[in-house]
Order: sequence, then structure tokens, then C-alpha cells
Amino acid sequence: MSCRASLGVLMKEAREIIGICQDEVRHSIVNSIYQSAESIAAGTVSSKAGKNMDWDRRIDRVLTSPVWGFPIMFGMLTVILWMTITGANIPSAILAQGLFWIEERLTELFIAVGAPAWLHGFLVLGVYRGAAWVVSVMLPPMAIFFPLFTLLEDLGYLPRVAFNLDRFFKGAGAHGKQALTMSMGFGCNAAGVIACRIIDSPRERLIATLTNSFVPCNGRFPTLIALATVFVGSSAASMSSAAAALSVAGLVVFGIAITLLISWLLTKTLLKGIPSSFTLELPPYRKPQIVQVIVRSVLDRIIFVLTRAVIIAAPAGGIVWILANTMIGDTSILAALAGWLDPFARHLGLDGFILLAFILGLPANEIVFPILIMSYVSGGVMMELDSLEALRRLLVDQHGWTWLTALCTMLFVLCHWPCGTTLFTIQREQRSWYWMAVAAVIPTVVGIVVCITVNYLVRALGLI
Amino acid sequence: MAGSKTLNQLPVGSAAVVRRVNAGGIMQRRLLDLGLVPGTRVEAVGRSPLGDPIAYNIRGAVIALRQEESSLVLVELES
Amino acid sequence: MGLTYQSVGIPATREMFNVKVTDNRSVIALAGNPNTGKSTLFNALTGLRQHTGNWPGKTVLQSKGSFIYKGREYTVVDLPGTYSLLANSVEEQVARDFICFAKPDTTVVVVDATCLERNLNLVLQVMEITEKVIVCVNLIDEARRKKLNVDIQKLSELLGIPAVATAACTGEGLPQLLDLISQVVCGDLKPKPKLVHYSSELENAISKLEPKIKEVLGAELNSRWVALRLLEGDKTLIESLEKFYSQEMIKATREVLA
Repeated sequence: MSCRASLGVLMKEAREIIGICQDEVRHSIVNSIYQSAESIAAGTVSSKAGKNMDWDRRIDRVLTSPVWGFPIMFGMLTVILWMTITGANIPSAILAQGLFWIEERLTELFIAVGAPAWLHGFLVLGVYRGAAWVVSVMLPPMAIFFPLFTLLEDLGYLPRVAFNLDRFFKGAGAHGKQALTMSMGFGCNAAGVIACRIIDSPRERLIATLTNSFVPCNGRFPTLIALATVFVGSSAASMSSAAAALSVAGLVVFGIAITLLISWLLTKTLLKGIPSSFTLELPPYRKPQIVQVIVRSVLDRIIFVLTRAVIIAAPAGGIVWILANTMIGDTSILAALAGWLDPFARHLGLDGFILLAFILGLPANEIVFPILIMSYVSGGVMMELDSLEALRRLLVDQHGWTWLTALCTMLFVLCHWPCGTTLFTIQREQRSWYWMAVAAVIPTVVGIVVCITVNYLVRALGLI
Repeated sequence: MAGSKTLNQLPVGSAAVVRRVNAGGIMQRRLLDLGLVPGTRVEAVGRSPLGDPIAYNIRGAVIALRQEESSLVLVELES
Repeated sequence: MGLTYQSVGIPATREMFNVKVTDNRSVIALAGNPNTGKSTLFNALTGLRQHTGNWPGKTVLQSKGSFIYKGREYTVVDLPGTYSLLANSVEEQVARDFICFAKPDTTVVVVDATCLERNLNLVLQVMEITEKVIVCVNLIDEARRKKLNVDIQKLSELLGIPAVATAACTGEGLPQLLDLISQVVCGDLKPKPKLVHYSSELENAISKLEPKIKEVLGAELNSRWVALRLLEGDKTLIESLEKFYSQEMIKATREVLA
């Protein structure tokens, strides 16, 4: 007899022997174990603390209070973004200058050995520049934002965020721990999708997975920050970085609202069902090992960005250069593609180059903005993009960006298909091509709808 | 005389003793695993900004429960 | 079945958990509730010698690492953080199956010193499955800060297993932990877990079932523990038994033929 069959027989016998229902047995077992635990703990633990020592409860009373809970959450987000924006400016500029200095030396070298112009173009203006832009634009914000966020995580604040927001998620028919998976999404959406494992119920895990990309990841934050700094920051000089931080924080809140709305729609349509049980531990606050966390996560980000720069941004840079320099008739392939996309992109408040950059940026979100700059630059005047002022000139003076273009671009950064890595991760986690496709379609449709609405609304109201 | 209530009716700051868990199957198992066995002292320690969920101190750990779960736990107020 | 199983020596089921099987390498499992500093302890033990992946067939993260102590190599498997082993979730099932079927040479249960009572629940459950258990009372520095005193000696006596106090983030107590691990692995120290007594109703039923379970499973699994699972109607255990032991027998047969 197989082991399964004989044990099955034994289980039946067990039921006859005990005579009471299995739930009662479980109850009795757990009860006895807890009683033992209680008596052992009573015999070994002694406390010399008074009643008023409980700092955790006092801190919780503030961080989860009806009055201060939400403002503190928003405030923390804004402060982190503000520190990222102000902190990233200088290292970004230094990196850009350094990397462009190397580019000049490389160019001199190519000229000295008499290399053909196309080789110089492909390797230096394409491959090298693609990687250099990703490093200089993306690395400093990531290396500041991520460690700060990890500190909050180690401190034990994130479960409190989930606690504060749970009522909204319940209303949307989703799981409270979705707030935690969204928090992971700030670091990387692929990591956020993997984090959805903490949600037991398959239905709610799927909801969290499908909506994770509405949280801007580390690869998209720098783009949002750069645009906010150029378009919001430049208007009010002294308060510039604070204003930029506020606008990005506002965008994050908008992303959370979209997440809740889409989750709610999903529970009403594709993923009907009632919310499953929710239990969340609020662990004691712990003093994070500050130096260790910062060193570890800065190194972690540097390795992350450099790897992506080499394996994704460099090849993408090469491809963009080829597209920009291969002529069909009197226009380049890049310009032709952009021209073809342009009429549709205009409805979204974007232009063809912007939309093309998003499409070419499918492998990784951090290359979207560098690709855009490359395609803008490659067509026109060569320039050194080593300051935000230069970026402003490129976008506004040469390519006719308005604040509405910037707003629509930022909204589209927030709402469009997830990057290739995230899609691949969703496919692996859900073991389904169908849900992977749904995860790509939902944010894309949302992005298109939001951009069109904003674009036409602003124009109809005559705000621009 | 102490009154009988469900856990979600326990005012924040007060404590009660678990009498029974009105659930079966997996839900009962989950609640039991959290330590909500009869005789356990539970204290409501905090409410989220929108009133639900509520955090309870259960055997030394602070656990947040939604109304749906906490209403299944019958408790007796400490006098 | 019991015979073929023992003839293999080291449980071949370990390979089914992606754990390499070699003669001179011991396997340590780290169990514990969430938020007990288990990962910090794992990092402190293994340093950079780590490898992460998925548990076979499950979307649950598996972290493995290794270290060398007194010339012996140890593989450390970090089990998912769980409150219990009653298989209410995938994580609990993974942790239970590993302790049951991969039979780690020692299972270290990491508990939070500031919240001992709740954490002992898991210790008592692990002790029912295997005798080779060490309880590691972590976050002892936090407990001191909160003016809590944990009598480690007494805890060890009451549980019948070795106990050690640690603060994984500062390294406090790690030498003692390593020493205990090596002693339990070598058999110099034999833990004698003091098991939970259940209601007389349950104890009667257990004693009726135990001999029958031994007939089917031999000495493979703790028959008292299996009896409890059968009494509460845990079907996941039967599924796991089928999965691990049918494979096990195929492998053993193949080895005999070769």
C-alpha cells in the first residue's frame, strides 16, 4: 500500500479515536502550546521596567494619529525628495563634467589614430554617451534616495504606513500589505512585484502585482526630479528645490490614488472577490545601523546603476546613434519614426521623440530620458549637457517644451508600461503571459487617458 | 461585573481577556497562531487614522487587525 | 521504507530543497518569527558567502550561506520567518517541510528576547519535530535596554535544549552559538526537549495512533508529531510525505542498482 493511502486510512482512524471535530483539536493543541510558552516565559523573564517606559506606543500615537498620521507621511516623502534633489545637483554636475572630459579625450584619441567618423560616432557619441548620461543623471539621485528610504525601512516606519493606509486598500478591495509592496516599488518595481509574495491571497497578490508600476521606481525618480527642477524649480528661485520636491511628492500621491482606483476597478471586474483576512505586525522601532545601511545601499546602487549602464544603456545608446544617423532619403530613421509617432503623441501633450524614447526605453526606465536627450541632440547642434540650465535650453528653446509638455511627460513617466525586467518578473511570479500582458496594458491605457485629459483640459481652459 | 464584547468594540487603551474565537477553518488557524487563544489578555493600543484597522498588543507583539477579523473574537472586559 | 532511507546516510531529500549533499558538510536551519533579527544573524554567520534563489516549486525566497568553524564546513539555510509550523501558509509549509524532510543537522530557532513568550510557540513546535534544536535568544541588547532580564540557564533547563543569548548586530554571543552548533552537530551535546503535554483526551489518542504510524513510517518522522497532525486533519503533511518519500525511494533503489 502506498504511504499516502495508508496514512489516509490512519487519518480516518484518528478522527474516530478522537471523536471531536478537527477545528477543536487544533484549538486544543494551540492552547496547550501557548500555555507551556506562557509558563516557561514566566519562569525566565523578569522585568525591571516601569509602566511608562513604552516609547514605541508614544511614537505610534504620533505617527498614526488621525491628525498627524497623513501629514507626517507626506512630509517625510517630501523631505526625502528634497534631500535627494538638493543633494544630487552637485555630484551630478561633477560626474557630467568628468565624463564629458573623458569623452573629449576619447574623441581626440579617435582623431589621432585616424578612425572613421562612423566608428567614433557609434562608440563615443552612441555607446559611451548613452552610458555616461545614465550614470551622471541617474546615479546621484538613486544613491541618495535609496539609502534614505532603506533607513526608514530599518527604523520600522513602513509597517506604520501600511497601517495608516489600510482603510483605503480595504475600500478598494485590496490587501493592506499592498502598501508595503508599493514601498518596495519605490526602489524597483521588479522588487515590488517579488515583494507581493507577502500577500497570501492570490487575488489580492495579483492586484498588487498589476498596479505596482504606478509607484515611480528608482529608475524614474531622477527623470521626475530633473523635469521638476527645470520646470518648477526655476520659477521660484529661493524655494526652488522645495517646490520641485513638493511637486514630485504630489505626483507620488497621484500615483497612489491611481493605484487605489485601478485596484478598486479590478475587484469590480476582472478580479471579483471579498478582501481576505489581514493581519499586520507593527514591530518595535529599532535604531538602524546608520553608517552600515548607508554604505551598503550606496554601494548597492552604484553597482546597480553601473551594471545597467553597461548592459542596457550602452547598447541602447549605440542603437539610438545608428537610428539617428542612418538616413532614408533626407531624414534619419529616428526622425522618421518620431515623425510617424508625432501626431498621436501630440494628443498626449508629448511629441514624437518623447514617445519614441519611452518605447525605446522598454528595457529599463532609466534610459528613457538619456535616449530623449540623445535623439534631440543628435539631430541638431552638438552641445555639452552638463548643467540643468543647458537641459532647460535644449528642451524649451530648441524643442519648444512648455510646462504642459513637462507635466504630461511626468504623468507618462508615472503611468506607462513597466520596464522589461518588471514584465519578465511578473511573468515568472504569476507564471502567466496573460497577466503579464494585462500588467503592461493597464498602466499604458491609464497613461494615455490621463495625458489626453490633462492636455485638452489645460488647453480648453486657456491656461497655456 | 465585566461585560462580554467582541474585540473590535474594545476601547483603545483598555484590555480584555479572550473567551472564544467565532471562526472555523483557515481563519481560526490564523487567529490562533497570532496567540488569540482563550485566556489571553489583549490590549487595544492604537487606532489607525481612519479608525480601522486597530492595533492590539497580543502576547508582547503589536498586531493590527481589521474589523472583519477582530469582530470574530469574543472577549471579556477586565474589571 | 525506513531501511532504504537510512542506507543512503545523509538524507537525499536535501537535494530536493536545492541543498548540496556532501559527507563532510553539515546543514544548519535557521527558523524564527518575523522581526527577530534572523536575517542579521544569517548575515553575521555567513558574511558574503551567500546565495539566494527560490524554494523549489515555490515563489518563496530561499537564502543559503556557508561558514567554516573548527575545520568543518556548514551550510546555513535561512527558513522563511513564520509564527508557527502549522502549514497555514506557503512559508510555514516550506519551513516545516525542510525541518521534517531535509533533517538539518541542527535547527537554530531565533527568538526575540523582548517578546519571548510569543516566540516560544515556534520553539515548542520545532522541538516536536526534531531533537536537534538550539534556541538563540537574539536582540538581547534591546531587552537590556528595555530592562528585561532573560534567564538563559533556566530557559535551557525548562526547554531541555541548549540556549544562548545573542545580539547579532554587534556580534555578541556568536562564539557561544557557533560552539553550541558544533557540539550538537558532532553529537557531543544531545538536546533532550521537554515536550508540551496535551489534554488527556489528546494524549490517549496519540498513544493509540503512534504504533500504527511507526508501522508505516518507521523511524523516519517523530510519530508523536505525525499523530498530532493526523488528529487535526492536516492534509498538507500527507501530500509532502508522498512527494518527498516516493522520490526518496526511487533514488535509493537507483543507488542500490548502481
